[in-house]
Amino acid sequence: MSVDEATVRRIASLARIGVEEDQIPGFARELSQILAFVEQLDGVDTSDVTPLTSAVESQIKRREDVVSDGQKSADVLANAPARDDDYFAVPKVVE
Amino acid sequence: MSDLTQLSLADARQALRDKEFTAVELTQAHIAHMEASRELNAVVLETPERALEMAKASDKRLQSGSAGALEGLPIGVKDLFCTRGFRTTACSNILGDFTPPYESTVTQQLWDAGAVMLGKLNNDEFAMGSSNETSRFGATLNPWRAKGSDENLVPGGSSGGSSSAVAANIGVAATATDTGGSIRQPAAFTGTVGVKPTYGRCSRWGIVAFASSLDQAGPITRTVRDAAIMTGAMAGHDAKDTTSVNQPVPDYEAALTGDIRGLRIGIPKEYRVEGMPSEIETLWQQGMDWLRQAGAEIVDVSLPHTKYALPAYYIIAPAEASSNLARYDGVRYGARVATDGDITSMYEATRAAGFGDEVKRRVMIGTYVLSAGYYDAYYMKALKVRRLIANDFASAFEKCDVLLTPTTPSAAFPIGSNQDDPLTMYLNDVFTVTANLAGLPAMSLPAGLDAKGLPLSLQLIGPAFGEKTLLKTAHVVETAAQFTAQPNNWWK
Repeated sequence: MSVDEATVRRIASLARIGVEEDQIPGFARELSQILAFVEQLDGVDTSDVTPLTSAVESQIKRREDVVSDGQKSADVLANAPARDDDYFAVPKVVE
Repeated sequence: MSDLTQLSLADARQALRDKEFTAVELTQAHIAHMEASRELNAVVLETPERALEMAKASDKRLQSGSAGALEGLPIGVKDLFCTRGFRTTACSNILGDFTPPYESTVTQQLWDAGAVMLGKLNNDEFAMGSSNETSRFGATLNPWRAKGSDENLVPGGSSGGSSSAVAANIGVAATATDTGGSIRQPAAFTGTVGVKPTYGRCSRWGIVAFASSLDQAGPITRTVRDAAIMTGAMAGHDAKDTTSVNQPVPDYEAALTGDIRGLRIGIPKEYRVEGMPSEIETLWQQGMDWLRQAGAEIVDVSLPHTKYALPAYYIIAPAEASSNLARYDGVRYGARVATDGDITSMYEATRAAGFGDEVKRRVMIGTYVLSAGYYDAYYMKALKVRRLIANDFASAFEKCDVLLTPTTPSAAFPIGSNQDDPLTMYLNDVFTVTANLAGLPAMSLPAGLDAKGLPLSLQLIGPAFGEKTLLKTAHVVETAAQFTAQPNNWWK
């Protein structure tokens, strides 16, 4: 499947990656190449195959529903690019 | 005193116990060598003060008889492992000067065992690459060069800083991670030993995530014994990683008995690829002969879905990466690019500036294969093929105990030579991705030099939790191969 420029814009927007107009043809070409490569899988008969989502069979672990950690707001905020008191600061979200 | 940086981990450990020198002396030698080796660009953050502080504490414990398994041994840490109080970036601009307020479980285990942190090591951005050329800190150089040449070669990737450092004797070992071959391929390119343990054997907690169902931490070392010691120190159950497996960690070093009589070594016929140099084919044959001479039995096996492993990987890994990397949004940590616009424009500008091209390509591929209308055709299809690949291994391990293959289809290549086409770079991982998809343990060790004098390596793949068999077999190959070649220190 060949990826056209409109598709690159749509994917970039879904992925929240800003792309300049002059980068779009390059990405379209590279993404098309990669997709053409992975489409070899169409040649494999997988009609009776269950998807493998976990490499090592294991039971999902359970743990007690108790507080085991916390009260670390200073640590949590220590690397914030912008903060206001004990909050992360972001551009206005709601008009 | 002879050059202390030449010592293997095991020899340095013994000498420290015998008080031939102190941990501070060993650490000082490694710091001086690290500083003299900056041209390699293997280290992205040197931590000499922390190293000396840790070495002093080690000397006290060595004196008092309370030394840990890695007491006083200087080790480099791939920049994917979070280190408390020390900048951790995954070599991506988007992490800015992120300084974790916590320590990854694997590195904590190393420090608890007495190891000394020398510094943080270079890697491909977010571990996405096979040449260490996508790092925000620039390419790492391979300490090896072809005979009579001054052309710089890549150290492999993504753990290129780890492989370069260990090959250049900067530290006795390094931590690394492997999602599609990122421990084994760089080890192969630098004549070092690399182990990717079974999925779940080492905790992933505190390691910057790339593709969570494939990522696994492991060591790069100069000898198989050192690899056994490091794997033992890095492995173990961790309640903070739900996929970490609760099984006791065996004594891997004790597995190095040299006795592989009766062991069945599987040779998968699908690992002969077009264009592979005949030297690699010859080395593979040589490996079979060594193992046969040691009393093992060589068995032909088939892994029929091998050729579909790379295409499946290049759906699954980007899909998981696109999800994992969604967290880099310029809000909680890392770099932010402010705009005049709304929050979405801040996200887009931050991610445009913060991610390199290879990361963008993979996030976009992942976004595409997970998007409405394409999920079944790409992502589910790849997960089904992943099952077939795992089934191939299960059938093969009914006939053999361990598989022997080449690690890579070529020796190290020149910096800049594989950058025009992302797909050419992906082919580096053709022999290594299979073990990640199936979650199996695998390791690479050097077995010879090509005509240009560059290291060539063999790979061993075992059944889940078969690390002991892998290491035991590798030890026999190492003994037979007598690989003693070293890079010629041109950078000093």
